[in-house]
Amino acid sequence: MLYIPGNNPAMIQQAGVYGCDAVLLDLEDAVALNQKDAARILVRNMLKTVNFYDTEVCVRVNNFHTPFGLTDLEEIVPLQPDNIRFPKTETVADVKEFMKEVRRIEKEHGIKNPSMTIHVMIETAKGVANVYDIATADPRIDAITIGGQDLTADMGIIKTPDGVGIDYARKRIVMAGKANDLDVLDTIFADVNDDEGLREETEYIKKIGFAGKALINPRQVDVVHEVFNPTENEVRKAYRVYSEYIKNKKAGIGVFAIDGKMVDAPVVQRAITVLEFAKIDLKEIEKNAG
Amino acid sequence: MKNAIGVEIPEYIEGLGKLEPFQGVWKSIIEDEVPSTNISRTLKAKKPHASKLCKTLEEAIKKCKPFDGMTVTCHHHLRGGDGVLMKAIQILDEMGIKDITLASSSLTSAHDGLVPYVEKGMITRIFTSGIRGALGDTISVGKLKYPAIIHSHGGRVRDFLTGRIKPDLSVLAASAADEEGNATGAHGPSAFGSMGYADIDARYSRNVIVVTDNLVEYPCIPSTVRQHFIDYVVKVDSIGDATKIASGTTRITNSPMDLRIARIAATVIEHSGLFKNGMSFQVGAGGASLAVAKFLREDMKRKSIIGSFMIGGVTSYGVDMLNEGLFHSIFDVQSFDAAVSSSVLNNPNHIEISCDQYANPNNCGSMTNKLDVVVLGALEVDVDFNVNVITGSSGEIRGASGGHSDTASGANLTVVVCPSFRGRLPIVKDRVHTVVTPGESVDVIVTERGVCVNPAKPNLAAKLKEAGVKVVDIRDLKEEVEKMTGIPAEKQLGDQIVALVEYRDGTIIDVIYNVKNLS
Repeated sequence: MLYIPGNNPAMIQQAGVYGCDAVLLDLEDAVALNQKDAARILVRNMLKTVNFYDTEVCVRVNNFHTPFGLTDLEEIVPLQPDNIRFPKTETVADVKEFMKEVRRIEKEHGIKNPSMTIHVMIETAKGVANVYDIATADPRIDAITIGGQDLTADMGIIKTPDGVGIDYARKRIVMAGKANDLDVLDTIFADVNDDEGLREETEYIKKIGFAGKALINPRQVDVVHEVFNPTENEVRKAYRVYSEYIKNKKAGIGVFAIDGKMVDAPVVQRAITVLEFAKIDLKEIEKNAG
Repeated sequence: MKNAIGVEIPEYIEGLGKLEPFQGVWKSIIEDEVPSTNISRTLKAKKPHASKLCKTLEEAIKKCKPFDGMTVTCHHHLRGGDGVLMKAIQILDEMGIKDITLASSSLTSAHDGLVPYVEKGMITRIFTSGIRGALGDTISVGKLKYPAIIHSHGGRVRDFLTGRIKPDLSVLAASAADEEGNATGAHGPSAFGSMGYADIDARYSRNVIVVTDNLVEYPCIPSTVRQHFIDYVVKVDSIGDATKIASGTTRITNSPMDLRIARIAATVIEHSGLFKNGMSFQVGAGGASLAVAKFLREDMKRKSIIGSFMIGGVTSYGVDMLNEGLFHSIFDVQSFDAAVSSSVLNNPNHIEISCDQYANPNNCGSMTNKLDVVVLGALEVDVDFNVNVITGSSGEIRGASGGHSDTASGANLTVVVCPSFRGRLPIVKDRVHTVVTPGESVDVIVTERGVCVNPAKPNLAAKLKEAGVKVVDIRDLKEEVEKMTGIPAEKQLGDQIVALVEYRDGTIIDVIYNVKNLS
């Protein structure tokens, strides 16, 4: 997910062409206080006019405890971007208050079946402590994300390249997300010239369960995709696992072996995940296996 | 009379003579007879052991007996750092010579100083492949007496060989030369690499002066320009600004948009059917086009592809690919950065070639005709795939034809990379302001918003679609972009022809009119 400052028209109009899966149009931290109104108006108009192609569009509004949060919602919710991100979420009450306003605005604009989902962002120690409850606070939450910069500031620590200071928070947030079937997205990697550092960090967060990563420059897109996209060998292996699973299932066999290694339900589930990442049609495999 | 792309071409222009309209990319070269007006080399003689050395450039020029109406030629290997061309013109002006035809292989920002000589009629005709800056503006508003001729690199050689350009005096800068005029650009304090554009001047000019800041012991090794063509040699303190002659190492762009376009272009190449062992490749030196080399390099390593050769303007990036074994060789007509010079000098697989071998349409061994893939830039493109690389948004002359049309005509796959809009200006037009490279020779236009494939190449479009490339109709792309940018106002042009764009075969492909209000 590529972060784009909400007051940068040149970047917003190109947001859909960088090849990222999602863009976040930011009204919060990337926008100076004296630019908040301009950014809100710009993002509102860009949502109406710019073709983002198949890139998912998320708008990060300002927190409710600022003078801008409610006005942001009044302008953005009627346009129903794919998601709205609620920053610095700390408690269930925060979510309830936020969603109450979202639903009021949708009702006032006659939006009966809202498509917009909610991303909650955990950026304080209190938020980390409450993350399980936050994750279940509203059914429209479909992603949860960690804000590393604000979190380290809140904790009074420095964000180091090894990420050790936020490691617990990362893992706790992943568990909260996984427990509730939510996508979990990692924080930004600030050095846009350090591709290797970005690759290492992305490989790590992939291993511990994140589904994606926030980016601050389009040049980071390819590195993150390379890490998350399954390799050709992984896809081949997953194809074989799923294909054999279908054949065995028809024969009433639940657990079987490939090349001497046991294949059970979790292995099959991981294979399905790989195939879905690779955009391979499972039905086609089922047909061929049949 | 109208040419094959519908441009009205005058039959005759005073000072330039009869004009032939463009008929198609290969029509006049393949189907018509090759022009029979070939010139011969000038007969020259020199007493045994007589010295060619002159104390000053002025002395050498005087010995060449300059005259009003003469043609003076230079090369542009010193790029923005050239100090030789301006010095030669200044000397000729001080001698009172006028009505000069200037035929430099290209003109850069180093030649803004030509403006007063154009304005006062000392220079009345210009043949070149590129014009920029203040000189471009001066010509664009109609201050050059006769229309400038914009030719391609290969077209310049053809112009020499057919006598369209008849050089009377060639002043050739070299970073090293000896007392007989053997000269190179490959070493010396002002090294600039290949000297490929100068070869034709040396061979066919009536008088040739080599100017160097680095007179070396005889013989100069290697030597691109050879002594039996050279009349005089001058040692000067400086041939120009070394920092602008060759600047360090060319860096790949950081622009996310250029990188995005380049990534898509590399994917197009990978799935074109030409991405295989033995592939030959050329890429430009700037922005998105050079960035294609970065991605192609990664793709070649990933797929274990080893190419045959790279040609053209060569950057250090190309040299790196040669040294990594990704290509067997480089054929180098022009080197773009300082790091290339040592490769020209030391690597036998880095082969310096003349522009004749590079791109002359009227020879039987042009390298552009062996090219598989070329990636080129554009100022504008249009729905017929025509490309403009010479005039800007106000219609002013501000670019270079260079080898654009040469390589496009010969390559199996011509890929043009450009953003769909710059600032508020759409780049895809109904018709480009000036056609330099005809759409007939362009296969693919790659933008950040999709890839447009020439309808003449349906099989290529099918291959790219199958590979998941976003192929779009160029008219749909134009419409989409115009929704964002609007349609720019008409350019304010007069009715004076200020330049002619000569296609590589010598026919006229487009006409440039004067700009009324150049801000």
